[in-house]
Amino acid sequence: MKRRNFLKKTAAAGLAAGAAFSVGTHRLDILAADGDDSPYDLVAVMGGSPEAMFDIGIQSIGGMGSFVSSGQKVVVKPNIGWDVIPERGANTNPGLVARIIEHCFRAGASEVSVFDNTCDEWTRCYRNSGIESAARGAGARIVPANTESYYRDVSLPEARSLKTTQIHNLMFEADVIINVPVLKHHSGTRMTAALKNMMGVVWDRRFWHRNNLNQCIADYTLWEKKPCLHVIDAYRVMLRNGPRGISVDDIVDMRAQIISPDWVAADAAAALMMDMNPMQIGYIPLAHELGAGNMQLEELNINRIQM
Amino acid sequence: MRSSTLKRFRLFFALLFIISTTSLFLDFRGMIPEEMFGTILYLQFVPSLINFITSPAIAAGGFLFVLILTFATGRTYCSAICPLGIMQDAASRVGGKYKKRFRRFGYGKPFNVLRYTILGATMILLLTGGIYLVTLLDPYSIYGRFSTMFFKPLLLYFNNLAASVLANHNIFIVYNVDIRGYAIMTYLIPLLFLFLVLALSMRRGRLYCNTVCPVGTLLGIISKVSLFRITIDNDCSRCGRCAVACKASCIDFLNRNVDLSRCVGCFNCIGICPDKAVSFSSAISLKASEAVDNPVTDAATDRSKREFLAGTALLTLFAGAIRVARAGEVTDSGTITTVREEKNYPVTPPGSVSLNHFLNRCTACSLCVAACPTRVIQPSVREYGIAGIMQPHLDFHKGFCNFDCTICSDICPTGAIMPLGLEAKQLTQIGKAVFIKENCVVNTDKTDCGACSEHCPTKAVEMVPFEENLLIPEVTEDLCVGCGACEYACPTIPYRAIFVDGNKSHIEARKPETERAVLDRSDFPF
Repeated sequence: MKRRNFLKKTAAAGLAAGAAFSVGTHRLDILAADGDDSPYDLVAVMGGSPEAMFDIGIQSIGGMGSFVSSGQKVVVKPNIGWDVIPERGANTNPGLVARIIEHCFRAGASEVSVFDNTCDEWTRCYRNSGIESAARGAGARIVPANTESYYRDVSLPEARSLKTTQIHNLMFEADVIINVPVLKHHSGTRMTAALKNMMGVVWDRRFWHRNNLNQCIADYTLWEKKPCLHVIDAYRVMLRNGPRGISVDDIVDMRAQIISPDWVAADAAAALMMDMNPMQIGYIPLAHELGAGNMQLEELNINRIQM
Repeated sequence: MRSSTLKRFRLFFALLFIISTTSLFLDFRGMIPEEMFGTILYLQFVPSLINFITSPAIAAGGFLFVLILTFATGRTYCSAICPLGIMQDAASRVGGKYKKRFRRFGYGKPFNVLRYTILGATMILLLTGGIYLVTLLDPYSIYGRFSTMFFKPLLLYFNNLAASVLANHNIFIVYNVDIRGYAIMTYLIPLLFLFLVLALSMRRGRLYCNTVCPVGTLLGIISKVSLFRITIDNDCSRCGRCAVACKASCIDFLNRNVDLSRCVGCFNCIGICPDKAVSFSSAISLKASEAVDNPVTDAATDRSKREFLAGTALLTLFAGAIRVARAGEVTDSGTITTVREEKNYPVTPPGSVSLNHFLNRCTACSLCVAACPTRVIQPSVREYGIAGIMQPHLDFHKGFCNFDCTICSDICPTGAIMPLGLEAKQLTQIGKAVFIKENCVVNTDKTDCGACSEHCPTKAVEMVPFEENLLIPEVTEDLCVGCGACEYACPTIPYRAIFVDGNKSHIEARKPETERAVLDRSDFPF
């Protein structure tokens, strides 16, 4: 185990150093080739740029090739909720979104789409978050989510609160969904990361808010179409005044990233990163109870990478 | 000058102005830069006049140019610049296809009592502090309302049709935009005017402009002494074709006389005259010959001089009236009496200074309603009292004011919403959030929510510890800018648990103070 970690770390250092010189495509080819199943349930990376941390992290968890196969349609779902610049940390880091899209295409994805049902006016959010141009630059399609016509009804009979909801068309059409939230303080639920990011794929959020918000967030995990991978952006982390923040002072440069196919585990780890108790984040234990994942991190095989 | 060049000239400007002006209202994707709005609307008479009186500057002096233009060329404004006038010419053209061309128009007597009464009443009302008739009758504002309420939804319909077809092919360049109506009552007046204007113009050309429109009547008075004017010389064989072609019905061909107060300078008569007797010529060179040839015009000239003097007096009054209306702001004008139950005052857009400032200047052209990206700006029904119908207010059930947006204040042509930089806008308190604990889902259902605080851009609404492990909203009033994000996001029905009560006068909010957040995270905590 120690040897493996050592190798990973060496690889990480090498990649970080090489990133400045190498042409991205060459490096990614090497990564894609190493697509063996990973022994890890969760990979946490710290100390690099969002792009470099993802390169290392995804490699450690089996490479993008173990999540995306040739010809598949991929949805990458970042948080684009707010009309603020990337430095405010209210939206997912645009560089990370672009890098994930590149990895998807590298793994053979036929198309990659990006959308979010924003809180602030959507065209301004798409533009000012930097995600629209970054995702376009990486070859993804930017898809609107601004009217009810883009959504379809879903019923979740086993849910306790969220018996029905409307979910964006693309979520039905996609073969693979990759969830890319940003880690933030949240005034309503204390913290937002992977599980809560799904509030951006539904139309009527008010229903969630007035019908036991935490339970609805947990109930969403009952929908059969689950994201296969969660990448929590903890590069700039909003510690207070979330989820919108009022200035850059709300941000700490944590320079971290959490990657896992288990969103309950990823959120539990994210809560700890913010010095919060996962048990205090209402929806985490609720989702754990529903069997959506495992919040007991000590039961998981975690790879911790310091870059 | 006699040639169809004049008509081509008129058509060129008419197309230029109607296309550019209409685009401002239809631009639902915000593609026209905000700086362009002022340029395109610079010459619209009433907005420019109101704006000039609020803040005299060349930037707002478009109406002066129109006055000079009218002195020089008559009411060419009505044919080439006024969007409502140009729209009527288009309707008139359509009408001509269905009605026999001959005998459609022809000379008619002016409805002097009616038109001067309307002009007079508009101004007298202004003197007593009411902008209502200007709002109702300003041709630019009427056309603006048509654009926002009728033309734009039509465009959106076709946009959405295209969007749904393209979405099936995975193309999202054209995106769907919800077609959301406004309060039913706000359609009443625009609909009435649409029928009136279309019916009159299709059947009788410019009858509306020469009977109802106060701007037309005012400019008509000046036109009587205009330098260049349509004249009929002695080569005229009195065939009457000009009179039949005149959509203003202002050519009395038997007396070879043109009613300059009604002539809109379309130049159709010049081209149609077989004798080449109709021309657009300088009044100075005409005077000598005319006096000898046509004794009738002497009396006519006298009358037109008298009317011109009266017109100048009226224009002065018009300007004075707005000044008086402005002076009336110091005390409550008393028009804001009909208020909603839960709100003491409606909320006006940031930059509108105060209820009085806003209501005395807004002509309800609805440009801000059309341009607002979140559609929080809605035409009012009774928020300002029935006299303020259609003047826009912020409806936080429809949307909320985007913190980083200043579009409405950048584009308002009358100065009802004054320009406000982004920094000043973010510290302008247009209203205050009021929390109703009894309605709040955290209190009633004992579940977490926080939608209000989540959307709050200044954290004037914060979540504080409540029973058990719950958090409940708390409002810090002086931090609140009144953007309404909390009211919009609040999920409770039918009544929200948090709402914004308008400020009668906008004030400055306290700037949120922050210090750098600290968390030492050099290693993984798990």
